[in-house]
Amino acid sequence: MSSNVPSSSSGAAGSADSSAPRRNSKRPKYSRFTQQELPACKPILTPRWVISAFMLVGIIFIPIGVAALFASREVVEIVDRYETECIPEEFRNDKVNYIQKPGNKPCNRTLTVPKKMKQPIYVYYQLDNFYQNHRRYVKSRSDEQLRNNDSASDTSDCKPEDYANGAPIVPCGLIAWSLFNDTYNFSRNNEQLSLNKKGISWKSDREHKFGKDVYPKNFQNGTLIGGAHLNESIPLSEQEDLIVWMRTAALPTFRKLYGKIEVDLQINDTIQVSLENNYNTYSFNGKKKLVLSTTSWLGGKNDFLGIAYLTVGGICIFLAMAFTVVYLVKPRRLGDPSYLSWNRNPGGH
Amino acid sequence: MKRYVYINDDELSQDLYCDNRISNRKYTLLNFLPKNLWEQFSRFMNQYFLLIACLQLWPLITPVNPASTWGPLIFIFAVSATKEAWDDYNRYLSDKKANEKEVWVVRQGIKKHIQAQDICVGNVVWLRENEEVPCDLVLIGTSDPQGVCYVETAALDGETDLKTRVIPSACMGIDFELLHKMKGVIECPIPDRDIRRFDANLRLFPPFIDNDLCPLTIKNTILQSCYLRNTEWVCGVAVYTGNETKLGMSRGIPEPKLTAVDAMIDKLTGAIFVFQIVVVIVLGIAGNVWKDTEAVKQWYVLYPKEGPWYELLVIPLRFELLCSIMIPISIKVSLDLVKSLYAKFIDWDNQMIDQETSTRSHATNTAISEDLGQVEYILTDKTGTLTENRMIFRRCCIGGIFYGNESGDALKDVELLNAVSSGSSDVIRFVTVMAICNTVIPVKSKTGAISYKAQSQDEDALVQAAACLHMVFVNKNANTLEINFNASIIQYEVLDTLEFTSDRKRMSVVVKDCQNGKIFLLSKGADEAIIPYACAGQQTRTFTEAVDQYSQLGLRTLCLAWRELKEDEYQDWSLMFKEANSTLVDREWRLAEVCQRLEHDLEILGVTAIEDRLQDGVPETIETLRKAGINFWMLTGDKQNTAIQIALSCNFISPEPKGQLLLINGKTEDEVGRSLDRVLLTMRITTSEPKDVAFVIDGWALEIALKHYRKVFTELAILSRTALCCRVTPSQKAQLVEILKSCDYRTLAIGDGGNDVRMIQQADIGVGISGREGLQAARAADYSIGKFRFLKRLILVHGRYSYNRTAFLSQYSFYKSLLICFIQIFFSFISGVSGTSLFNSVSLMAYNVFYTSIPVLVSVLDKDLSEKTVMQHPQILFYCQAGRLDCYPFYPPYLFTFIFKRKISSCVFHLLELLLMDY
Repeated sequence: MSSNVPSSSSGAAGSADSSAPRRNSKRPKYSRFTQQELPACKPILTPRWVISAFMLVGIIFIPIGVAALFASREVVEIVDRYETECIPEEFRNDKVNYIQKPGNKPCNRTLTVPKKMKQPIYVYYQLDNFYQNHRRYVKSRSDEQLRNNDSASDTSDCKPEDYANGAPIVPCGLIAWSLFNDTYNFSRNNEQLSLNKKGISWKSDREHKFGKDVYPKNFQNGTLIGGAHLNESIPLSEQEDLIVWMRTAALPTFRKLYGKIEVDLQINDTIQVSLENNYNTYSFNGKKKLVLSTTSWLGGKNDFLGIAYLTVGGICIFLAMAFTVVYLVKPRRLGDPSYLSWNRNPGGH
Repeated sequence: MKRYVYINDDELSQDLYCDNRISNRKYTLLNFLPKNLWEQFSRFMNQYFLLIACLQLWPLITPVNPASTWGPLIFIFAVSATKEAWDDYNRYLSDKKANEKEVWVVRQGIKKHIQAQDICVGNVVWLRENEEVPCDLVLIGTSDPQGVCYVETAALDGETDLKTRVIPSACMGIDFELLHKMKGVIECPIPDRDIRRFDANLRLFPPFIDNDLCPLTIKNTILQSCYLRNTEWVCGVAVYTGNETKLGMSRGIPEPKLTAVDAMIDKLTGAIFVFQIVVVIVLGIAGNVWKDTEAVKQWYVLYPKEGPWYELLVIPLRFELLCSIMIPISIKVSLDLVKSLYAKFIDWDNQMIDQETSTRSHATNTAISEDLGQVEYILTDKTGTLTENRMIFRRCCIGGIFYGNESGDALKDVELLNAVSSGSSDVIRFVTVMAICNTVIPVKSKTGAISYKAQSQDEDALVQAAACLHMVFVNKNANTLEINFNASIIQYEVLDTLEFTSDRKRMSVVVKDCQNGKIFLLSKGADEAIIPYACAGQQTRTFTEAVDQYSQLGLRTLCLAWRELKEDEYQDWSLMFKEANSTLVDREWRLAEVCQRLEHDLEILGVTAIEDRLQDGVPETIETLRKAGINFWMLTGDKQNTAIQIALSCNFISPEPKGQLLLINGKTEDEVGRSLDRVLLTMRITTSEPKDVAFVIDGWALEIALKHYRKVFTELAILSRTALCCRVTPSQKAQLVEILKSCDYRTLAIGDGGNDVRMIQQADIGVGISGREGLQAARAADYSIGKFRFLKRLILVHGRYSYNRTAFLSQYSFYKSLLICFIQIFFSFISGVSGTSLFNSVSLMAYNVFYTSIPVLVSVLDKDLSEKTVMQHPQILFYCQAGRLDCYPFYPPYLFTFIFKRKISSCVFHLLELLLMDY
């Protein structure tokens, strides 16, 4: 080009000189990160892949579902709703008044075992329409106080159940105050069934959240009596009913463990339950149920998991079939550019 | 308004004007915290988060630990405050360095060494070679006997060539010693930011010469931040100091550009905020109703009969706090983070290095990468952008004879060489004009080789070509030029230079032949600026034909002309010229008018044709980007024919019959109007045909169209996918960008020279090519690349990936916050609408930060399609342009499904969780 002009090249050299230091200082080493070339896998969802994936999911899920359903069906569960029956006929019109009267309110129930129940048999009480998750309720506790003997006066969160007669309440707050106080006693053929009430709460709760040296004090001494009283000589870490109750339920219908029966119950055994009906669920029309249940490897009686697995597995098998049919009837070449939207209707986009 | 600067008068101007302390700092140590906090809190998002954080301090209503909001909030504030503080500290350091630099200044008649910050207006400052200029100075003396000095203005305008500066004529020949005692007054305008203009006057007081007013121009000044080169020393009078210098005035933070995605996020945030308020009101009312009807029956909750006065507000406020996580607090921080990474990827990209000059691509603006993926219009300059801007002299036509043809350049044409050696007067004159009608400075290196410092590549090419034709431009000493022609030295004295402006489109010099004392006017310029001024008798047809023929070939043409001036004619004119030169108001216009009086009756010598080759890969790049649905407009200062030829050769427009060019021309309002209507009609008809229709408009018609037919022109702009605008000025380029932007198109402007700066700054995205016309465009631009072909990769790879990643990230941020919020809302229905939080503070924090924010940042490495696929099918870009993020969640029906989908998914999630939790 302009090679015949000697001076032009020197001009170009001059400009190259000026950029030379810049060039040397700013040259990062080549790396796959800086060049955005990190190794990656890009699976292409070909029909075969999709069909086999669906098939595989179906084949794995259906047996799991069946197994879960069986496990749930194996669980024997006796549910007895007693809140109405345990009120004498004459008080049925004014249940709230009856329950608030002082004195014992005994009640006897008879349960028949439908199937053999292997020990351990868990005894639950189930409450309905009870909002343990209400914000006012759920916040009304002092974990510091429950854990530590020195923080008895740490009751700022416990209002309105923080002080009674000028002294802090231990354990304070609405949750503890409303502790469930129905009691159950079981007998079979007039023979007392022993109920193990140890180990019904979380181990971590017993060991870390409820202090071994914290004793109930000034509890249920106020003007309003909520629920159960506590034995002031037993430390909180051993008051397992309280520990269970203080672990608040997330839903308004919940079961809480009451105890364990550690003998097998035979088919057609009749079990007499003598209970004390003390707890007021009548003012808000809540149900009370007594539940006896065995467990399987999957836990209690709950069909949901099995059904969910079966449904998903079924849908996957169905989709796999449907895709197979589509694939066989109307196959399509992989990566055919004529299917791209701008190739299908040229001009418009 | 004027400023009077008294030279060397220590008392007079000291207090009137600011000292030379430069300050770019935004904060001081004391006001940093309040000012920075105030700035941060002027953003709506931050105000919102602060309000939420304050509400959380009220334990009655807070669902979670206040630390879960205060923590991130303080972190985010600390990050941006630290960044600001660091930037400001660096500014302080560089200011300090500049302020404390030692300079020689005359005080009370004695030269003293003082710090740069103590310079006052009126002081005489001495500078040595390679020193930086501390403030704006008017030259009064240099080491050069001719009164010339050379400065490098790279810091000011990015141009790396040396510029000559001369001392005013009044100061010429003043003795070195006397400069200390010089007194006088400079009358100059108040500080402004125009670095190309300085219209002032100098009057020296006796005993120095007479009372004559001496005009000053930008040529007589050296501005702050320039460097003195090739000159032993200079001295000058400080006229503007400190932050009032030309540089200081033009400094300033440009308006931050907002991308489409940013705007979308802001809109979405607003919409979610409204939705949130609705949720709060509905749930607040429901909560209060439930409390009054149901909660009173739940004895264990122990609601008091009579609450405090704010009782009614408690539940709505609780829900406000529960729902506050709907607006993700981290979105700005994570977006800033990933955007700076996109910019880094552009800087790092090895495939966008210009191998010739080893320049990397650079993203100056780190915030707008995703807009690259949404570009709809590209407005491109021609010279230096599509072409290499490496001018090579190809052909010429001298006195009707054409030199150079298909087989070879004019320089190798034997006939021309013969004509030169035989001394044909036409040819000699032609070559003389080529050699000296310019502002080129020859620089002799130590070895004796001559190199040229030229501001214009065309001039460089002409001088080089003249050198090949044995007319070597050897030396330039102030007003004397030396030419070596066939081993004999010819000297010319330059009397005046009538400079090139884009309005005049020509430049001339008035020279005096030192041998015979004859005065000549030598002119060169665009054909339409020269040929109409030919002297009456001359046949100009051959020249017009030559121009046409050359521009058909895509060559740049210049017409050369000359005229011998009579002594008295020149003297008369010279007076007028001096007067025009010393006017303060409208000097440029006055000068143009005066120049006009001399530039007539020219004898046209011939036409030169210079080739500017296309850059590598330009046609392919344009074709690919076209396929990607991007429309191209070419805006050039060149003439129509050349522009069309270049456009054809780079696939910009298709040749007939596939393509069709519609010309819009006319000199009057009516003509242009009719022309516009006709083109618009054709355009409407042909939109359905698969035909490439482009319109061509020249600067004159464009001026009229923009002024009187803006609406019609806008409609045309929307219809037309391709346009060629020739002979346009920088401000017209900017106006065209403005028109497209007003139609809601995303525009990208690409250019390389100073004349593209305005267009680059105006466009949504400005791309500068760091080319041969200096770095001005690259500095003003958001992105600078080495070659036009990198634009393809910049848009299709970086732009597209950035857009997809940002779209994903922002959608995901909203999705995950809405998701967890809907869980909370649904839980409230089974917790007595009391505003209980399902999650504790730690889980919420962990969800927001560890589970959903940090892992998602990995998506900045995500590539949905390989680079190869995108390059092969550029049409994929349609989806980005359409704005996947913009349109789908925002139309009301879509917004509904958007929320509904989340509702279902959150519902299922929530149910599963509760079922598994409870049993």
